[in-house]
Amino acid sequence: MANNDSIQKTLIVAISLCVVCSVLVSGAAVALKDMQVANKLDDRNRNILAAAGLLVEGVPVSEQFSRIETRLVDLDTGEFVEGMDPQSFDQRKSAKNPATSLVLSAEEDVAKVRRRSNYALVYLVRDEGELEKVVLPLHGYGLWSTMYGFVALQSDLNTVAGLGFYEHGETPGLGGEIDNPRWKASWPGKKIYQDQTVALELIKGSVDKTRAGSEYQIDGLAGATLTSRGVTNMVHFWMGQQGFGPFLEKLKAGDA
Amino acid sequence: MATLKDTLTTPIFKENPIALQILGICSALAVTSSMQVTVVMCIALTLVTAFSGFFISTVRNHVPNSIRIIVQMIIIASLVIVVDQVLKAVAYGISKQLSVFVGLIITNCIVMGRAEAYAMKNPPLPSFIDGIGNGLGYSVVLLLVAFVRELFGAGKLFGIEILPLVTDGGWYNPNGLLLLPPSAFFLIGLFIWALRSWKPAQVEEPDFRLAKHTVAKEGV
Repeated sequence: MANNDSIQKTLIVAISLCVVCSVLVSGAAVALKDMQVANKLDDRNRNILAAAGLLVEGVPVSEQFSRIETRLVDLDTGEFVEGMDPQSFDQRKSAKNPATSLVLSAEEDVAKVRRRSNYALVYLVRDEGELEKVVLPLHGYGLWSTMYGFVALQSDLNTVAGLGFYEHGETPGLGGEIDNPRWKASWPGKKIYQDQTVALELIKGSVDKTRAGSEYQIDGLAGATLTSRGVTNMVHFWMGQQGFGPFLEKLKAGDA
Repeated sequence: MATLKDTLTTPIFKENPIALQILGICSALAVTSSMQVTVVMCIALTLVTAFSGFFISTVRNHVPNSIRIIVQMIIIASLVIVVDQVLKAVAYGISKQLSVFVGLIITNCIVMGRAEAYAMKNPPLPSFIDGIGNGLGYSVVLLLVAFVRELFGAGKLFGIEILPLVTDGGWYNPNGLLLLPPSAFFLIGLFIWALRSWKPAQVEEPDFRLAKHTVAKEGV
């Protein structure tokens, strides 16, 4: 037992243990990857449904999601992209690729996304051919982390139908309250554009509903000024000209 | 030499890791606001404690003393990652709720404590059983805490409504404090009190005793 402490033995034990453990860990990661990817997709689809206010508990998400049309949009022209499969499109990968993304200047980049993908996915909810809702993916920097979420718009493309985040690392209890259902419930019915510019913002404290312009205001999160500002910036960026602005105009005109 | 059955049952009440040794409190506060999450966390912790005990005990005669803690950590960490991966694959919603706490099993004092105190000195099978026993001891406390917190904090058990809430047109006004982490402190405290009243042997010796008040006597 005494020779356990020799340098040789120490190295052998350390190295062989690391090899065995890494094989175990990577084996598990590889074997379970498919199921995890499927779960992630399911979770994202669930969030899209929830943002649009269409989620029904107890029905498989894939079944509910079948009524939603996924399209790819060119953010610069605002037109649908044909000939690319939306299912295989990965916006985060696309944003990292210099060929398919745009580097934003500091003043354009209010949401600190740094590189914006040229293409983005949009989700259209149709009811017998008529456009009912549009769900748009958003992301932007909060206090600690990039917040990824969806915002759903009514068919007038101005009224918010819902909002939800599916990935963020904000402080639980403060910035993390962006997941609070009660706060999220204050979004539907709010308006985004006032005279063609993005007006929606999170304010300090609660919104006085009797005041004019309250439809452009949302309660700020207590104790999370920077996260609240991040959410405002995110909405401003993605609803503006660098974001989904051109697409929404085209869609409104009916020729996207 | 304690029998295997003793090894399994002693940690549940007699030497409960949370109540007697006050280990693993942090996750007990964090994941006990709903029963469903708690059950998953308990299963995960029990499995990790048991298997890490087993593997550490298997290699115990070959572990150089100088890197013994690192060896234990590597084994525990690998197991935790595997558990985390499995959860992400089969129970995505719950793994999202548990988020960082599955990863934090690595630093859970119960796992490390048992590895160092028991698995390094005993054969694999008893170490495995000891891990299960301590996992169960942890589970007993967590499940009790979660039961109280979810029932009185949200009026539900396993997400099924038991006490209809006022906000949903029922009669029960939930105690919001119970959904916040500090309430678990109170509940664990009460649990320890109850357990130590039942088994007074667990009461610790006070650090000092007050001396009796004496009046100085003169000339005796």
